[in-house]
Amino acid sequence: MTVITVRRGGAGIPVVALFRSANGVAVAPNGTRYAGSMPDSPLYSVAAVAVIALAVAVVVAVGLKVLRSFRELGTDAERATYNTLHAASKAGRHLRTGLNPAGAAKASRQLRGLLGCDALAILDVSGVLAWDGTAEELRPGLMALAADVLSSGRTQVFNAADLQLHFPKSGSVAAAVVAPVRSGARVVGAVAAFAPQAGAGLVRATTEVADWVAAQVELAELDASRTLLMEAEVRALRAQISPHFIYNSLNAIASFINTDPARARELVVEFADFTRYSFRRHGDFTTLAEELRCIDRYLLLERARFGERVQVSLRIAPEVLSTVIPFLSLQPLVENAVRHGLEAKEGPGHITISANDSGAFAEVTIEDDGVGMDPVQLQSMLAGHVDGEHVGLRNVDARLRQVYGDDHGLVIETAPGEGTLITMRVPKSQPDHDA
Amino acid sequence: MGIAAVAAVSVATAVIGFYGLRISRTTGDFYVASRTVPPWWNASAIGGEYLSAASFLGVAGLILLSGTDALWYPVGYTAGYLMLLLFVAAPLRRSGAYTIPDFTEARLDSRAVRRVTSLAVVVVGWLYIVPQLHGAALTIRTTTGLPSWAGSTAVVVVVCLTVVAGGMRSITFVQAFQFWLKLTALAVPLIFILLVLAEDGAPALPAVATNPGGANPASPYQSISLLVALLFGTLGLPHVLVRFYTNPDGQSARRTTLIVLGLLSVFYLFPTAYGLAGRLFAPDLARAGQADALVLLLPGRLVGGPAGELLSALVVAGAFAAFLSTTSGLVVSLAGVISQDVLGGSVRGFRVAALVSITVPLGLALMTDSLALAGSVGLVFAFTASTICPVLLLGIWWRGLTDAGAIAGMVTGGLLCGGAMVAGTVLGVAGTPPWLAQPAAWTVPAAFTVMVLTSRATSSRMPRTITRVMTRLHTPERPLVTER
Repeated sequence: MTVITVRRGGAGIPVVALFRSANGVAVAPNGTRYAGSMPDSPLYSVAAVAVIALAVAVVVAVGLKVLRSFRELGTDAERATYNTLHAASKAGRHLRTGLNPAGAAKASRQLRGLLGCDALAILDVSGVLAWDGTAEELRPGLMALAADVLSSGRTQVFNAADLQLHFPKSGSVAAAVVAPVRSGARVVGAVAAFAPQAGAGLVRATTEVADWVAAQVELAELDASRTLLMEAEVRALRAQISPHFIYNSLNAIASFINTDPARARELVVEFADFTRYSFRRHGDFTTLAEELRCIDRYLLLERARFGERVQVSLRIAPEVLSTVIPFLSLQPLVENAVRHGLEAKEGPGHITISANDSGAFAEVTIEDDGVGMDPVQLQSMLAGHVDGEHVGLRNVDARLRQVYGDDHGLVIETAPGEGTLITMRVPKSQPDHDA
Repeated sequence: MGIAAVAAVSVATAVIGFYGLRISRTTGDFYVASRTVPPWWNASAIGGEYLSAASFLGVAGLILLSGTDALWYPVGYTAGYLMLLLFVAAPLRRSGAYTIPDFTEARLDSRAVRRVTSLAVVVVGWLYIVPQLHGAALTIRTTTGLPSWAGSTAVVVVVCLTVVAGGMRSITFVQAFQFWLKLTALAVPLIFILLVLAEDGAPALPAVATNPGGANPASPYQSISLLVALLFGTLGLPHVLVRFYTNPDGQSARRTTLIVLGLLSVFYLFPTAYGLAGRLFAPDLARAGQADALVLLLPGRLVGGPAGELLSALVVAGAFAAFLSTTSGLVVSLAGVISQDVLGGSVRGFRVAALVSITVPLGLALMTDSLALAGSVGLVFAFTASTICPVLLLGIWWRGLTDAGAIAGMVTGGLLCGGAMVAGTVLGVAGTPPWLAQPAAWTVPAAFTVMVLTSRATSSRMPRTITRVMTRLHTPERPLVTER
């Protein structure tokens, strides 16, 4: 006969046991009997080795876990502290996006364990976000019960009689504590704990939990305002490109109006297209191909001014053209190369723009043979200590770090008189970003 | 001659890999530089990456062994692209996710699903590389008499060098070239064979009624199960799906798939013709257990002389191109998945991951010996069809899929199909009942059913982002502006 038991091991790891049947033939879970004599296949021995290795690994892992549970976890008090902090940090992760139903649902489970009450609810000012535990039939009436708390901002305790008033059939739940969640001066929600009786301990603990939730909500608001700040900076960058560039371009175009009207007209159209792209309102992301077109227009206008002094070569792998990149993240780098690299240089300057496919990333580099920068000064400028000429660089660097993480900032190789090489690495896979 | 051909292809691949960057357009003209890859090129590249040892050697060998039953392999390998065209190509391109784990994570908003999918992708990739290395071993053994391990190791070394040294970047044109090389390497010798046969006026032997190797005709169940595996398995092949991101938008992804269908249909005429010629003129190869070497040996046998040797060398070159292109494509996509999920996505991590993703299959290939290349690749398709395909199809077309459902389905499909594969190896070819030898017909529905039922039961876990993700998958995107 086949017996398979799956039970929870001490560490929450399922332990699977395969028993032998009475006549000693190994029995597989689906009841197939393995014949006594195996064909001598090499793949079979590989499979056998793999299975044995896996089994050994599982046994060792379980053994280590069990050992550790005896040895390292310390006294009861230490374990209680650990459990509390662990639950809090787990719940905190779920609340980092602010008070919303999905996060609150996951956090309420942890918080209920923390308070040890029968049921725990999290609500915001408009409704109940999450309910964990028993007596969910009370949910519709909870907003009415908490109305006072939400308006007054003071913790309230409801005993059996109060609850009877609101909920005629409140069953085993005889008491409730509702504590407000305050962000700054406003009350943004409340935490409600239900228990057979509301002692001073539960009241104090519930108030603390509500304060803790409030701290998490404030952190979430901080995140949100950081994002807003970044957006404002992008808008500022859009406004920043314009003054110098618009002035120079218009002057350059003006010089062609008498001598070469056709070219002047062409340049005005390019100028219009360029401003349309850089002033567009929708979306924070674009594709590499579109950004390259913007750079093309930009360079056309610069060439009207500098003539053949600006030379450009491109090396673009077609695979990465559709890669999504932050809006206006390349154009400022090229503008930096022209304005600070080539403008100050005597004679013709050369800019190389290349984009490569590099595993899961697209790698874009912009290289010029201009006057270069002082690395130390550049570093303190990028860190935001001093305001320098290269504001565009700092802005792009900050946005890349914010969107893709600190590993994806700009990599700048430069020295005075040696030109500049700027590298940007962007993941090709960005399902969350729409171009 | 054989060694020279192998060396030439290996060196050419390595050199193109190293200097592949130079092929990406170097120009000062933005209009020329930012032209996207046309669907034709991309379709050839997909063909180049897709046509593996199984297609190049295995199909002809199976036709020699089991006649018309084996025709289902080329039919299935090609028709899988019809499924891809209808159900997956365009939405996946629009998703913006670059790998299958990226897609499932974005669609289901869950890290756990990502880990399970990554695991499935890595297993599929490893299982798929093993037959390529077997093919290389067979080719070297048959044509040069060197020991088997020499072939596998040669492929591994070349792929390692090109991938780890940072080559294989501008890979589309290289792979497209490989497709046409493979096609030429099969077509030219075949034309010569036909010419020689026509000149000799060799009497066409009567069609052999029984299979030369004594294989039994396949039952309808086996054929259906095989077709299910191949049709659904193509949907989840990691190295093929990645190619679609070279297309600028969903529409050109569809057009590319259509061209791939045409290219593959043309290609598979040739292995089929080799198989038929083998049945008529070289049935002894089946009895000698050398069926997979049919394509390699036939030109030498039927044409003979220096011309025959040259043609053999051409076939060997094509075969090596097949092993190298498929293996390097797989290694690149596997290394991407492993480095991102385990090693944090750095450049160095990618190289380490590339080494890991090729040494494991090399170990497996050296320890085992394949009997039929097309058959073992068919099993990999069955595994893909039971794990990755359901999560892709349901993820794209069914709002109700949840993370718990996806994991349950993938685990069920993987365990059932993997169990059947292990049981099949343990029991041996003769002792395996047909339902175990071709498991797809029941493992694929089982995976789908478990996925749907579990999702229904856990419908509260539906991700909040569902509407946004579905809209992105199914509405046409803005066209990529590259024209001036």
